[in-house]
Amino acid sequence: MSFNDSVRTLYQGQLNGLREAGIFKQERFIHAPQGAEIEVEFPVGSPLKKVINMCANNYLGLSSHPEVIKAAHAGLEHRGYGMSSVRFICGTQDIHDELEKKVTEFLGTEATILFPSCMDANAGVFEAILTAEDVMISDRLVHASIIDGMRLCEAMHDTFKHANMEHLEEKLVLHADKRLKLIITDGVFSMDGDTPPLDKIVELAEKYNAMVFVDDSHASGFIGKTGRGTHEKYGVVGKIDIITTTFGKGLGGASGGCVSGRTELVEMCRQKARPYLFSNTIAPVIVSGVLRVLEILSQSTERRDKLEKNAEYWRKGLTEAGFVLKDGDTPIVPVMLFNAKLSQDFSRDLYHHGIYAVGFFFPVVPKGQARIRTQLSAAHEIHHLDKALDAFVTVGKKYGILNKTKQEIIDQYGM
Amino acid sequence: MNEMQKIVLDYVQKEYIEDDTEVGLETPLISGGIVDSFSMVSLKRFLETKYHIQIPDEAASPEAFDNVNSICRLVEEFTKKN
Repeated sequence: MSFNDSVRTLYQGQLNGLREAGIFKQERFIHAPQGAEIEVEFPVGSPLKKVINMCANNYLGLSSHPEVIKAAHAGLEHRGYGMSSVRFICGTQDIHDELEKKVTEFLGTEATILFPSCMDANAGVFEAILTAEDVMISDRLVHASIIDGMRLCEAMHDTFKHANMEHLEEKLVLHADKRLKLIITDGVFSMDGDTPPLDKIVELAEKYNAMVFVDDSHASGFIGKTGRGTHEKYGVVGKIDIITTTFGKGLGGASGGCVSGRTELVEMCRQKARPYLFSNTIAPVIVSGVLRVLEILSQSTERRDKLEKNAEYWRKGLTEAGFVLKDGDTPIVPVMLFNAKLSQDFSRDLYHHGIYAVGFFFPVVPKGQARIRTQLSAAHEIHHLDKALDAFVTVGKKYGILNKTKQEIIDQYGM
Repeated sequence: MNEMQKIVLDYVQKEYIEDDTEVGLETPLISGGIVDSFSMVSLKRFLETKYHIQIPDEAASPEAFDNVNSICRLVEEFTKKN
């Protein structure tokens, strides 16, 4: 047997190292549908604890919405449980086609193709449309799924400083000799909660004859006046060549993702993208749910408006309390702690005070940039946010970090 | 510090460092988490243009690019070969 005692000991040592460093991740079991308040079993075997959830991607509060659930039930009833197939063999129903058309309309693009997840969309899209003659120029803070997808592609890969348009322009000049150039960015950066100036990126793309890719997973449904995404915010609808996004966050929270953009690029994915060719189709129940989500969001901006107000209220409260935050205007609000162990301890203490928020540290964020990433939802009411603010202030006082600068916190706790 | 070390160090500082992190000749860039390996593409192109050399992809490993001194050794190796 290859997994012998010495191999087992090797891995146990590595895992113990994570525990000793205070960065071992432990799952918490939620005994409820996702929502603003949930019941959690942690540690295993403990009585259930009711907590306010400040770390879900449930931005629009649709993860357990009765109309979405009803639509999903109807999908199960009329189109069954699973397709047992990839799309191109016998895994495409009429509702898959309908959803692709509805997403196209919602995002203002030319065409859309569904994937089992946005992770899969990002894994497949670059390899499907670029070759070794081309170059991908990505923001240095793009999501891990984009990095993984770029690794699978033969095109050259270079990077530009985060949201730095002068540096991006230097790279476009440096790589002018390449056949195709693709600028790659997140729409909303998942760990910092900021957005890149997409209007300026599009200007540069037009100037240097480059295509533009945006992963809008943390934007679809609620960024921009009618929630179409970051491209709406920056007035460049119709000018982004490829948008990838997920249905596992604001758009219902179940699973699934897509590539949406230029007709030919989408068709290349349909012909060549490996996750599309080799992974199971999205289940009918999910497709039905997302169709209803898009209907709800197309009828009213009520949810994204409430989310925006919640985010403003939360950010103002944390700022006035004296926390160090990352600048931004999205529902992702990172509370900066810089030290990995501090972020774990802070998260644990918040939990004791009835607030569920998780610490993030290297390699998820750069070394020395550990944080509690808080995420707002349209499901949050003001009393939830007030209770959460009280808890943050209590824990912040315990660790002596309120009204301290970044350097003062680092001097106290290290990086 | 010789001229090549200064040129490479200046490039690294300007291209990759966005805060007050101090970079020395032996500072681990990739293994130290300061720079990701993808970002080395532009450094490779800069070195090839500056020193009129071609660095094969297999030689442009994360180890070879991990600090300023190892980068300079790589350049010297391919300068001699030319």
